[in-house]
Amino acid sequence: MTAGDGRAAELLALARAAGIGSIAEKVLARERLSFDDGVALYAADVHAVGALANHVREELHGDRAYFNVNQHVNYTNICNKLCRFCAFQRLPGQDGAYVLSPEEAAQKVRAQAHQPVTEVHMVAGIYPKLPYSYYLDLLRAVKAARPGIHVKAFTMVELQQIARCARKPLAEVLPELIEAGLGSIPGGGAEVFSERVHRAGYHLKNTGEEWLEIARCVHEAGLRSNCTMLHGHIETARERVDHLDRLRLLQDDTGGFQTYIALSFHPANTEWSHLPGPTAIDELREIAVGRLMLDNVPHVKAYWIMLGIPIAQLALSFGADDVDGTVVEEHIYHDAGATTPQEVAREELVQWILDAGRVPVERDTLYNVVWSADERLAPVGHAAPVGHAALDGA
Amino acid sequence: MPPVLTGSAPAPTWRAPRASARPASLARVAERVLAGERITPGEALELHEHADLLLLGRLADAVRWRWHPEPIVTYVVDRNVNPTNVCVTDCGFCAFYRRPGDPESYVLSREELFAKIQETVDLGGQQLLMQGGHHPYLKTDFWCELLADIRARWDINPHALSAPEIDHLAKLDKRPVEDVIADLAAAGLGSVPGAGAEILVERVRRIIAPKKTSTEEWLDVHRKVHEAGLRSSATMMFGHVETPAERVEHLARLRDLQDRTGGFTAFACWTMQPEGVPEESLYPRKATPAVYLRVQALSRIFLDNFANVQASFVTQGLKMAQVTLRYGCNDFGGTMLEENVVSAAGCFHLESISAIERAIEGAGFVPRRRNSWYGIVDERHTGERGPLSREEAATHRAAGARA
Repeated sequence: MTAGDGRAAELLALARAAGIGSIAEKVLARERLSFDDGVALYAADVHAVGALANHVREELHGDRAYFNVNQHVNYTNICNKLCRFCAFQRLPGQDGAYVLSPEEAAQKVRAQAHQPVTEVHMVAGIYPKLPYSYYLDLLRAVKAARPGIHVKAFTMVELQQIARCARKPLAEVLPELIEAGLGSIPGGGAEVFSERVHRAGYHLKNTGEEWLEIARCVHEAGLRSNCTMLHGHIETARERVDHLDRLRLLQDDTGGFQTYIALSFHPANTEWSHLPGPTAIDELREIAVGRLMLDNVPHVKAYWIMLGIPIAQLALSFGADDVDGTVVEEHIYHDAGATTPQEVAREELVQWILDAGRVPVERDTLYNVVWSADERLAPVGHAAPVGHAALDGA
Repeated sequence: MPPVLTGSAPAPTWRAPRASARPASLARVAERVLAGERITPGEALELHEHADLLLLGRLADAVRWRWHPEPIVTYVVDRNVNPTNVCVTDCGFCAFYRRPGDPESYVLSREELFAKIQETVDLGGQQLLMQGGHHPYLKTDFWCELLADIRARWDINPHALSAPEIDHLAKLDKRPVEDVIADLAAAGLGSVPGAGAEILVERVRRIIAPKKTSTEEWLDVHRKVHEAGLRSSATMMFGHVETPAERVEHLARLRDLQDRTGGFTAFACWTMQPEGVPEESLYPRKATPAVYLRVQALSRIFLDNFANVQASFVTQGLKMAQVTLRYGCNDFGGTMLEENVVSAAGCFHLESISAIERAIEGAGFVPRRRNSWYGIVDERHTGERGPLSREEAATHRAAGARA
């Protein structure tokens, strides 16, 4: 019996003891998990679920753990969607409401000129007073401030708004945004696709169907995007599985999602502040279930700003292969009570990853290797390898 | 040349094993743990150096459930009162102490102390954790009077005086440690905290705490505490200059003594908090949470004769503490209505009782309040309660005989 057989047997035994033996058999055979499997994963012992997710994670990525050197710019906090889970939003004229001019956004980018930043992540509220030209100018200003930077900007609901103010179909707007400097699309704003939860929590925002349609349009325009789910509020396990299943189906069609991120609901300063929010073990399970269900999405991110460093480190053994980046000035989770630092030094990020038993690999937004702690596992200048661990040559 | 810590250079940089490696030899160690067998220090070192966090978690979780088949996680409502910060041991990793005569040095008055105790009792406190500096003039008499005064007023357990402090009292008194312990027990000392162990290896102590109680003395005090009919806890502070083998050696010393006396109630470990300590520049950066989790799980696996293992939410935060409930911990420690020592080192994670209970419940456990001897004192509890007094908890009967 080889070491691999031994591990498979161990994994099966562990899963059987936790009542998910049939799921483990599918995972080992690289078969797709069913809706009911997904529901079962939310009820099974977290050690067993984590070990299965880790198996998939190591098959795809070996010990590689990705990060990037990035910067966040939230260009406005003014929003008309009134989502109950959000602490970042302000109404026009409300205390603390702001809109960055394109030049102010560019200034924030220039302020990091001394750092080896490869990505700017720009998301914000929905402020209908902003004209179409604002978004184009914003992209151009940021690109002019740092021509080499990759601009990952505008969640699906923002894209919907941009198309609305452009009075053109999104498919016609996207090439213009790309021309102005847009490089890819973040995954936020998907929340939970369930109509029930949408009505109760964020009925002014686009529906799940609309989010998926916009994502499809984005992918058809040649842009990659991420995808997310906001968990730990009023949604049920079945609603989560449904959400993951719908992401998976779209991905079968387009292949445009790079990374899945399980976003944790943070209750402080929101209309849902009476809800407790997910616990650390819920967060680890959510990451693991995402890894297991989304068999066609290459990467799963443990967003450290939201999880905190301890859970982000551990998540690298519960299905995640990415920890996001150095950030700089995060507002959305910090307005909702996050106590994590707003940025982290690159060498600290590298140390966390090493201490978690993984090999740090700096990537750019599109997962090209920028720096690697072990070039045998991830050569610099190449696309991040995704495949069976046996192919790693370790 | 940069300054180095007294004695010798810090331990070389440690590298975690690559998680996917899992050498086949670990399977045998894992089987032994799962079969309930004792592992050797060599096997513990093998786990430390080669196991991934998932395996360590599963094994620690298995040992935890063997000790505690009921899904209960305990905690104690307590307050950490430090009667004095005056200390003559000059530990470079401690941000709390002040030298005698320092303008920031203090000794709490009876009024201040009593006000703190009354608040603690009003909040349902079961335990008064009292420890502080090695004051050059506060002798056994001071402590006996204080203990007696407290016991005369309140039914709260003084969980007080770490082994180095007791050793310090014996040296001030120029008399045997067991006599000091007998006097303290007679005055009302209920149990002894496990602090000051740091790493129980002389090479390490000579570097980080050369003036503090030695390994042999620390262990000797605890042995005598147990023989006097008192229970104590044990700790480990790691993540400074010690090597992995020295961490294991520390655990082995504790396990050996526990085999002989059975007097330790619990074990707790935490990482050194270097921010703002006197010799901060000489210490490595704070160990990251994954290293804490590795050592925490290993401790639960190796210390097979310890009933209880505590999470350290004060140093690691509530989220990590919750995770440790599946990494070997069955106890959340004290609520720490006041904490001065670790918070002096820039680390501050005090949590409300409701937040602690929610974290416990969120991990799938039932929270229950306990006393210093791990007896359950919670009104909600219907099962077995365990020891409700010092005498019921004793593994040796001397305290009962003398009291």
